[in-house]
Amino acid sequence: MKGLLYILVFYAAGELLSRLTGGIVSGGVIGMVLLFAALACGAVKAERVREAAHILLSNMSLFFVPLGVGIIASYDLVAANLWSIVVAAAVSTLLVIAIVGIVQQKMGRRL
Amino acid sequence: MIHDFLCSRIFLLALTVGSYVLGTAIYRRTHIALLHPVLLSVAILVAMMQGAGIEYEAYAEATEIFSLLLNLSVVALGYLLWEQVDRLRAHALSIVTSVIVGSIVGVGSVVGIVYLMGADEVIAISMAPKSITAPIAVAVVEPLGGIKAITSVVVICVGIFGSIVAPKLLDWLGISDPVARGLAMGAAAHGIGTARAIEIGAVEGAVSGLAMGLMGAVTALIIPLSFS
Repeated sequence: MKGLLYILVFYAAGELLSRLTGGIVSGGVIGMVLLFAALACGAVKAERVREAAHILLSNMSLFFVPLGVGIIASYDLVAANLWSIVVAAAVSTLLVIAIVGIVQQKMGRRL
Repeated sequence: MIHDFLCSRIFLLALTVGSYVLGTAIYRRTHIALLHPVLLSVAILVAMMQGAGIEYEAYAEATEIFSLLLNLSVVALGYLLWEQVDRLRAHALSIVTSVIVGSIVGVGSVVGIVYLMGADEVIAISMAPKSITAPIAVAVVEPLGGIKAITSVVVICVGIFGSIVAPKLLDWLGISDPVARGLAMGAAAHGIGTARAIEIGAVEGAVSGLAMGLMGAVTALIIPLSFS
């Protein structure tokens, strides 16, 4: 439970910072960076949040489902742009796999 | 009266969790990548909503709590990233470089192709974070006016597609180093790619998780800066 409180606090802090900076980066992402920083410098002990983090993370897929259902509200938009979506997603994914693999392999060898 | 019940918070929440449990069970039995629990649950729910005449607005309101839980999961990823950071030390420079390059290529290519093919700007925004893990992707597009539903479905499909295609593409390119392979899978196919990488090998799996976290963090900073 205490772990959950930590996560809530970091989320709240993230939301606050997000609003103060014009809402360009979302509160969740800022909270994520804050939590990482706090763990890295030892301000928060990892053991305290481990359990709460694991529970949230292992059930994450469930939390997504309502978002996916939301696609029905955007059906027309998706249908109109379907081909662009599919091609862009597929090509871009292949490019990322290739480039990350190649850069790491080449740089990893030298170091 | 039945309609009111069908649109009630408790029913819709139970329906959502129930569909997810059913979807997970089907996925576990069949092990077919395309039958990912989230895609299945969404399909079941959409079918039921159309069939029973449940308005989407009622559903969105009833399931608002998942939105909070999802944001909390994004924060929790900060913990996951910290857990992985030890691996960073050994290959720090190459990993960070590969991920930054991958992030720029990922966002640039998807947005570029979307514009080239003449689709709307909102599609470009919604698809920009397609390489990163869904909770961060959704959190990134929201302030920029992207459509979260499109983002989440695209991200999941990219994860499935990437995890299936990556090993073959990496073989074809001659990328044999396990760190490079794992990094590529995690960077392009995030969580689903990591699950697949873990099946391939312990090193690949661990590096993939790290890639997923780093890619998420880097992309989450690049996208807002480029779009605003």
